[in-house]
Amino acid sequence: MPGKLKAKIVAGRHLPVMDRASDLTDAFVEVKFGNVTFKTDVYPKSLNPQWNSEWFKFEVDDEDLQDEPLQITVLDHDTYSANDAIGKVYIDIDPLLCSEAATVISGWLPIYDTIHGIRGEINVLVKVDLFNDLNRFRQSSCGVKFFCTTSIPRCYRAVMIHGFVEELVVNEDPEYQWIDRIRTPRASNEARQRLIFLMSGELQRKIGLKVLEMGGNAVVGYLQCFDLEGESGLVVRAIGTACTLEKISTLPATATLPSNSSPSKDIKEPVFGEEGPGVPLSSGPPTPLRAQTFSSFSPSKSYSRQSSSSDTELSLTPKTGMGSGGSAGKEAGPLKALLRQQTQSALEQREYPFFTLTSFPPGFLLHLGGVVSARSVKLLDRIHNPDEPETRDAWWEEIRQEIKSHTKALGCHAVVGYSESTSICEEVCILSASGTAAILSSRFMQDGPLETDHRFEEMVPPGCEFCHIPYDELNIPFPAQLTYCCCCRRYKVPDVLFTTIDLPTEANITGKGCLIQARLCRTKKKAQGEGNAMAISNLLPFLEYELHTQLMNKLKLRGMNALFGLRIQISVGETMLLGLASATGVYLTALPSPGGIQVSGKTPSDITYEQHISNMQKKINDTIAKNKEVYEINPPEVVEEIIGSPIPEPRQRSRLFRSHSESSDEVSEIDLSHGKKDAFVLEIDDTDAVEDIHALLTDSPTPAGFYSCNTEIMPGIQNWTSAIQMFTSVRVFRLNNVNLTNQGLNKVFSDLCENLLKSLYFKLRSLVPCCLCHLNFTVAIPEDELIQVAVTAVAMSFDKELTLENGKQSGDKSLKKENDEQLQFNLELNAEMSSSNLSSPKGLTEVGSHPSAKASSLEKASPLPEGRSRSLRSNRSYSGSSVAVVRMTPLSFIPGAKIIKYLGIINMFFIRETTSLKEEGGVSGFLHTFIAEVFAMVRAHVAALGGNAVVSYSMKECVFMENPNKNQAQCLINVSGDAVIFVRESEVEAASVHPQSAATQTSNGEGT
Amino acid sequence: MSVELDVFVGNTTIMDKEVYQLWLNGYTVNDAVTLRIEGGVMEECEVLLSDTMDQYRTFQMCERLLHHPAKLANQLLFQIPPDRQAMLIERYYAFDDLFVREVLGKKLSKGTKKDLDDVSSKTGVMLKSCRRQFDNFKRVFKVVEELKGPLVENIRQHFLLPDQLARDYAAIVFFANNRFETGKKKLLYLTFQDFAFCAGQLINNWTLGAVDNMMEDMDVDLDKEFLQDLKDLKILITDKDLLDQHKSLVCTALRGKTNVLNEMEANFKNLSRGLVNIAAKLINAKDVRDFFIDLVEKFIEPCRSDKWTSVDVNLYLTHYTNSAHILDTFKHHSVWTRYMGVIKSCILKMYHE
Repeated sequence: MPGKLKAKIVAGRHLPVMDRASDLTDAFVEVKFGNVTFKTDVYPKSLNPQWNSEWFKFEVDDEDLQDEPLQITVLDHDTYSANDAIGKVYIDIDPLLCSEAATVISGWLPIYDTIHGIRGEINVLVKVDLFNDLNRFRQSSCGVKFFCTTSIPRCYRAVMIHGFVEELVVNEDPEYQWIDRIRTPRASNEARQRLIFLMSGELQRKIGLKVLEMGGNAVVGYLQCFDLEGESGLVVRAIGTACTLEKISTLPATATLPSNSSPSKDIKEPVFGEEGPGVPLSSGPPTPLRAQTFSSFSPSKSYSRQSSSSDTELSLTPKTGMGSGGSAGKEAGPLKALLRQQTQSALEQREYPFFTLTSFPPGFLLHLGGVVSARSVKLLDRIHNPDEPETRDAWWEEIRQEIKSHTKALGCHAVVGYSESTSICEEVCILSASGTAAILSSRFMQDGPLETDHRFEEMVPPGCEFCHIPYDELNIPFPAQLTYCCCCRRYKVPDVLFTTIDLPTEANITGKGCLIQARLCRTKKKAQGEGNAMAISNLLPFLEYELHTQLMNKLKLRGMNALFGLRIQISVGETMLLGLASATGVYLTALPSPGGIQVSGKTPSDITYEQHISNMQKKINDTIAKNKEVYEINPPEVVEEIIGSPIPEPRQRSRLFRSHSESSDEVSEIDLSHGKKDAFVLEIDDTDAVEDIHALLTDSPTPAGFYSCNTEIMPGIQNWTSAIQMFTSVRVFRLNNVNLTNQGLNKVFSDLCENLLKSLYFKLRSLVPCCLCHLNFTVAIPEDELIQVAVTAVAMSFDKELTLENGKQSGDKSLKKENDEQLQFNLELNAEMSSSNLSSPKGLTEVGSHPSAKASSLEKASPLPEGRSRSLRSNRSYSGSSVAVVRMTPLSFIPGAKIIKYLGIINMFFIRETTSLKEEGGVSGFLHTFIAEVFAMVRAHVAALGGNAVVSYSMKECVFMENPNKNQAQCLINVSGDAVIFVRESEVEAASVHPQSAATQTSNGEGT
Repeated sequence: MSVELDVFVGNTTIMDKEVYQLWLNGYTVNDAVTLRIEGGVMEECEVLLSDTMDQYRTFQMCERLLHHPAKLANQLLFQIPPDRQAMLIERYYAFDDLFVREVLGKKLSKGTKKDLDDVSSKTGVMLKSCRRQFDNFKRVFKVVEELKGPLVENIRQHFLLPDQLARDYAAIVFFANNRFETGKKKLLYLTFQDFAFCAGQLINNWTLGAVDNMMEDMDVDLDKEFLQDLKDLKILITDKDLLDQHKSLVCTALRGKTNVLNEMEANFKNLSRGLVNIAAKLINAKDVRDFFIDLVEKFIEPCRSDKWTSVDVNLYLTHYTNSAHILDTFKHHSVWTRYMGVIKSCILKMYHE
């Protein structure tokens, strides 16, 4: 009996009127966990009942604690007929199971009904007493921390990054069970909501077990998805990266370490602390499967799944120090190679050397190979035995193997920024996986202490190392143009680099980045079963090829040479396929400058035709020049000769990819295979090319003051203010004209995306200058002739003056700045002390690091959060509001603030249905309300956990179905994120000046 | 091809003040888009249409909350910064002076609401906006009707309105409750602000609240006892000696200070009779309704036809009030002061030269 769950129902407010006669409600509450139910008394005739119940206690296994949600149902008592349900609240108690996360859930939570939406609020208190379980064959994994964030969470340090964890569970979808024909929509929706809650709980528990088995204590980059396979069932699957995390000691590291005689011990201690009661394994006997995390000085042993202790793991850490700290120039080479081998062998022992992380501790990422992806088309069949979801497992296994082999072909041993997705239409399912092939440092992959002096060698590489090719120059797996690195001039780099990860913090870039999207729509014949799957697999390679051509051309058009955060989504419908590739383009200083785009015609004799072409060429050249100006791309003059002429014979164009598309149900590609030559030339005769050029030139430029990217942060902008605005926008477009050509469809789809962007820029104009970050589009084909585009992103404003000064910061200017800084700091302090809740005057901008030109390579190498954290315009939240403000952002951080605690993962699934669509304002009114309700529930749950923000928020699923003729609509939304507590930098600084406020001082951490 | 669904939801609810005003004014989405294009905020119709629809939807969803402004602060559905909340409320409860002038003193009933289309065409305020304003009056009226304590304060606290707006609503409630006649032709020259000022005077001096501040309806109903006492003032006109004495005192005091002394002297008895009769009749509810029309007919019009200036009126009323206290046989000093204080300031406000 290892856990006691306690719940108390305090009060309700804003309840709906349930009794027409009295305009009042006789409400009571049922509290249910597992199969046990408690009830409160009826609080008669009130819309604001005060139950103030006793503590309801559930004694349960911790396994159940992880799987089950606490279910609270508010009902209206009726003497004569059945009690009417007002609504429900599901509370995920997982955050309470981890000693480091939240300790209590307390606050006003919206009462939700799948038919009526939010109907009032209920105030509850929930606590968990957890007893230690020493049984190592246990089925629970309480205490393993989960993070949606795809980087090492801000207040933790990675001791070890173990690697890939995955799991999936399947079940029958209640919506498709026979009983659904006789029960009410409400009952059916609730059954579904509850089932998905249970399944995600189970999934999380199982993943947690795997993590414990690997010796980790956390999952970072946890990505959970639902596949609504309709008749054939419901799949919930998740992937993540198992890590051993260690809370960064609350005192500044620099102050602690020198004062302590044994630094390594000092680091170790918190590990014991944090594993404390939550992970009793630490006190149990070490199992062979567990890594020896706690032996600080003994030669470290790498974890391997086969538990074979490999001798290749010599004490590698010192060598890493020498290797990448290659001040000795050439000697670094062989050592590096050795290191690479050793890391490689360590990684090869893993089944899948995949990492769902998109940004890494400095020095972890050594080289990037390029994007690897694999897709496969499958026919769904009923899952017969939910306990043995073998087919689905096997499908994913195939794909992962494929990815692994692509990675090898690129001379890499790991995949970073890895993600998986599906698109389902009727019985056809496309499974996709993609990531970036990479070579990683072994540092975080073995046990043993994290040496502190690593910090220094990180500064040495000039931010170009990760661009150097990992593969053998003579044995290039695809045509590519190699040149010497423009930074160090010692190693070869490719001409373009596509990746799925965030821009590494140490990267050297020129100018700013921007969002680049390739959009494609292809018609498909209606077909059934195998034939349909076949048709789709045959279309896929063309789709991917064209997406890549578009991406490449758009990249060139912006004068850039690398893509980060590349996400290619392919969505399947009955009569069409949609492809949307989004990425953030940047100019990597290390890579060669991209050439222009050459337009060539096949019939050069015709003069008017020539004219037409030269016109087009001029237009393109003008756009490139303009873009270079807009994105401030003025790279230092390259003396290096560019290898090869940019104009190849036209024939070469179609050569790519085709060879890859052999198998009938599987398509795979290595994105990087776009040679420089092919992307450069556009043949005007070719209708495709006309289309391409059209697509290139119709992308409307972002309005002044706006930047956009789909990565965590905008390359080239650092001085964020604290003003952020997260939003979700959904559009559904109906194609009334059935007989559209591919080109027509393309235009429609492209316009849809462009118009959506335009609307976003207009809506957010008050935040200018600002950047839309994490701008990720999700496309779907909910029915024939419908295209749905959903986007969730955050708009963050920044200080304009500082950006302008970036390039031309002169010496005396920075001096003056420093003076200003002191002055402003004082001012701000005064403002703090007088505790005015007015937002401070605009002038109070603090400037820390100026990311200026070359001299600041040191600063650039330092992790971004610090640089960013410096700039803030204190924009204090208003006091006096009775509802706590909860910020939401898809990013892993909040500008101008420091995250001091992670309270647990938020993973919520809601269904909303209506049978009075018109009365609720049509489809838009219905969805608008629903999304607002979802936001409200997320905020309320975060606030109840004691948090004031959600980071890494994402809306992973938004399935919308309508039947206007019946006046009905239904929508499913799945959202997730990490609940956190943050404090404003200004408050942290103020606290450090006033020692009496010790509580906040602790969060000063690695402040400055 | 058409956009089937188009929504934008921000974590912090985005509201454009300009669009809010258009919505409040009762424009349809299409009209609002046209106006916005004319305003030059953006040329692209499609973008504006999408934005305007979104905002209109948001406002519609908020409207329910705006009916009980206190709820806006502790609801969870929309995250709106407090300064925005205040803006939303203030603008929602703002009204057109032209419109309110039409319904001032009328019963806030369904019947009146039915006539709003006439009001709308007369004032040029859109029907939708008229309905909102009318419903606001009615809602405020209903809520404060049942509350104890000072009227203005109740309105301010319950509807979170700024001070001036709360005072205006107090005036509207006061007028509606006492059904003062304001629509007669002779009164048409008066603005809402004139009436609001008078209402403030009456509320502060003639209601129960002016003496006792913990009574129900204390600020809405006139102090009955006081109205009863007003009858005693009749002596000023029924007693011939007193009337003559009063007249000579006033005229002596006014000598040399005004150009219309002769007219004042000639009219004194008439005017005095008028004012005292108004006082004596106020005990009847029906005569209360005619209070303003009486003031205009019995005092303001005669003065105006004799071309008195505001200064003249002020002088006259000051001495008229003060001289009564010097009269030997006149005993009702406090009632006289309470009565004449309000009368004087009301007349001065209503006296447009």
